[in-house]
Amino acid sequence: MAEPLLRLQNITKRFPGVVANDGVSLEVYPGEVLALLGENGAGKSTLVSILYGLYRPDAGQILLEGRPVHIGSPLEALRLGIGLVPQHPMLVGRHTVAENLALGIGSPLWPARRIVPLIERIAQGYGLEVNPMARIADLSPGEKQRVEIVRALLRGAKVLILDEPTSVLTPQEAQALFRVMRELRQAGKSLIFISHKLEEVLAIADRATVLRRGRVVGSLAASEASREKLALLMVGRNVSFERKRKPAELGEVVLQVEGLEARSNRGPLALRGVSFALRAGEVLGLAGVAGNGQSELVEVLAGLRRLEGGRVLLAGQPLGPNPAQLFAQGVAHIPEDRIQMGTVPSLSVAENLALRTFHRPPLARGWLTQPAAYRALAQERIRALDIATPGPATPTRLLSGGNIQKVILARELAGSPRLVLAVHPTYGLDVGATELVHQVLLQKAQQGAAVLLVSEDLEELLALCDRIGVLYQGSLKGPFAVEELSREQLGLLMTGGNLAA
Amino acid sequence: MRLEYLPSPSPWRQAAAVALAILAALGVAGLVFWAYGVPPLTAYATLLRGTLADPNGWAEVLRRAIPLILVGAGLSLAFRAQFYNIGAEGQIAIGATAAAGVALFWPIEAPWMLPTMFLAGFLAGAAYALVAALLRAGLGVNEILTTLMLNYIAYYLVQYLVQGPWRGRSLFGFAFTDPFPPQAVLPTLPGTLVHWPTLVLGVLLALLLQFLLSRTTLGFRLRVVGANPQAARYVGIPVGPTLLVAALITGGLAGLAGVGEVASIHKKLLDSSNITLGYGFSAIIVAYLARGQPAWAILTAFLMAVLFAGGDVLKVAFQMPFRVMDVFSGLFLLFLIASDFFAQHRVRWGR
Repeated sequence: MAEPLLRLQNITKRFPGVVANDGVSLEVYPGEVLALLGENGAGKSTLVSILYGLYRPDAGQILLEGRPVHIGSPLEALRLGIGLVPQHPMLVGRHTVAENLALGIGSPLWPARRIVPLIERIAQGYGLEVNPMARIADLSPGEKQRVEIVRALLRGAKVLILDEPTSVLTPQEAQALFRVMRELRQAGKSLIFISHKLEEVLAIADRATVLRRGRVVGSLAASEASREKLALLMVGRNVSFERKRKPAELGEVVLQVEGLEARSNRGPLALRGVSFALRAGEVLGLAGVAGNGQSELVEVLAGLRRLEGGRVLLAGQPLGPNPAQLFAQGVAHIPEDRIQMGTVPSLSVAENLALRTFHRPPLARGWLTQPAAYRALAQERIRALDIATPGPATPTRLLSGGNIQKVILARELAGSPRLVLAVHPTYGLDVGATELVHQVLLQKAQQGAAVLLVSEDLEELLALCDRIGVLYQGSLKGPFAVEELSREQLGLLMTGGNLAA
Repeated sequence: MRLEYLPSPSPWRQAAAVALAILAALGVAGLVFWAYGVPPLTAYATLLRGTLADPNGWAEVLRRAIPLILVGAGLSLAFRAQFYNIGAEGQIAIGATAAAGVALFWPIEAPWMLPTMFLAGFLAGAAYALVAALLRAGLGVNEILTTLMLNYIAYYLVQYLVQGPWRGRSLFGFAFTDPFPPQAVLPTLPGTLVHWPTLVLGVLLALLLQFLLSRTTLGFRLRVVGANPQAARYVGIPVGPTLLVAALITGGLAGLAGVGEVASIHKKLLDSSNITLGYGFSAIIVAYLARGQPAWAILTAFLMAVLFAGGDVLKVAFQMPFRVMDVFSGLFLLFLIASDFFAQHRVRWGR
């Protein structure tokens, strides 16, 4: 094959507490579609941001047509011929397509009018249906995306990065997008297609590079790839895979979920009749690709979302009406978003540790808070979980991700919770912090808590859980006993397949 | 050029940023004075001589500080809860109106008259802010717009009252009510307009709010709701009701400020722009400078009061329009807000 158009060599990017990209190398050839696959948090977005000049890599080199380049800003990226079609279009809704596209490149006089012929030429050349006079606000998501593609092409992009382009599209619109992508490939453009939908990758890509936990774990030609192979790479095939869980002693049923239905924020049903039971001492895993109802299920159980149908019993009792009462009933919640939901970043470590119990003795006497009790509590928890913080008064926003998670664990698991809801508890954490989170969760199960673990990391699920259920489009498959499940079968279930009877 | 974010800038850096901002504001305001034909240093010297270097100046400063402390302390608390009340002007006017209603139409005897007026003013101001808070908590209406618009409603309500049903019988041709009875007038320091009971009340309330915010469970709720409403929901702290409490407090304190003004300086109800004098807006600067700490508002209100009183001095000394002080305080706010950015970012040159 010819010289690669774009080559990344050992790109590394660290954030406090997380290595987002760890020695990533890949290349893209002219006239090919490279799929970049990976779970949430695998490092895809970071890589895109580096390519588009939004982040600088801490180490590594980017070569364009064999020459090393520095990409300091999106403007430089565009000048070098690297264009990005963002996941969510960045267009001015009240302006027309032509007005939007003229931004930054139009002539000083009648910029929109004079750019129209250019738009039409590009649109016709690649089979992109775009009306330059249409107002952005009137366009469908697919049409807006085409406008973004035209914008990149207008700027002379040779490399086009499409960031999860199908996530906002209907299946028909996705097909139209694929036609356009084939046209672009024909014309010699290089396309980087980011996705976690395996079918699409197989349908459109020439090659697929899979990222996991910031590293490239595999790169294969579409001709050799299968859904199972890709799924396996994505979720991990680790030789050191090790079961951390000893056989559990199960107690009585703690959580009984029957025919649960709930709506997503956008309105449609996100959970369609989910039923399962969870016993004391048991760790139940919930696998699934993001957006298949996991968040909604946990939110219902945590008192943050109304249930539309079915019922949930906690030790035989209906759920309390709000999260505070649920916590008093023994429901601990380690939320998915540890910064926006799990903590108040501007408040101190001590205050964050007090979020659940600030109104009860010893932290409060009547209306008055007891600063000494806050300090004592914080010092004890900091020691118990080895939280790395300058002191109890340090705001949590200054802590690393792992230590923020420790603050949340310390707070949520301090009492003796009957039910622990843990959502992506090790997402983005380094090895040490991950190990600690696993230990703490297993310890709670041993002490008789029922643990519901939501994760996209199959390795984690297989290592910790007694049973695993898979959510796909709001329906629960399983739960199955871990001994009866292979990773291949889980991958299949997650992508909508069924186990052969 | 590129900017580097500093997650926890040193106190020294923050203080330097504030100092530079004040110098820059003084510099640019000096240009305005100079354009007006007054040498900037002369202007500043006159301003200081007429306020802090003179007993009568001090009295003027204190008089101005009273409503600014009350409103500023309340706003500090509201801003901590992320309730952006910019309707203090209206709440002052409504508080003043309620007090005037009590004073004029409810014959209460001496020791109880003034407390009743203050109570009525607090409740009226609180209820007025509650309108915006209910709209925000119930329907998600942005309180910046509603509180701002409610200012106009309050203004025209007072206009209607003083020109219509409450218009005084003893003062023909003026849009005033009758003067308040003697038991409805606040004592002042001899020879000045410093209504000391309101001053004491303001300082006490500012300290009380500081205590409430930092040492009570309600204060903790307010801070959590303000800093991260999503986390508040997650642990079951009710966001809406907490906002209502913040609104009641900030509106109530503005109402008290209105009572103090009409019960001492004016001794009657009149066109509300003559009562509020922009205190409601200037208190936003007071609260901003106090960094969400009600006790600090005592100090920052005092500084703002120096500007207010200084404006009067400049007006008399150089025949400048009083509005020059709006330019002045506007420049201060602008530079101080900008200084926040430079306290938290380091500018680096080159790549």
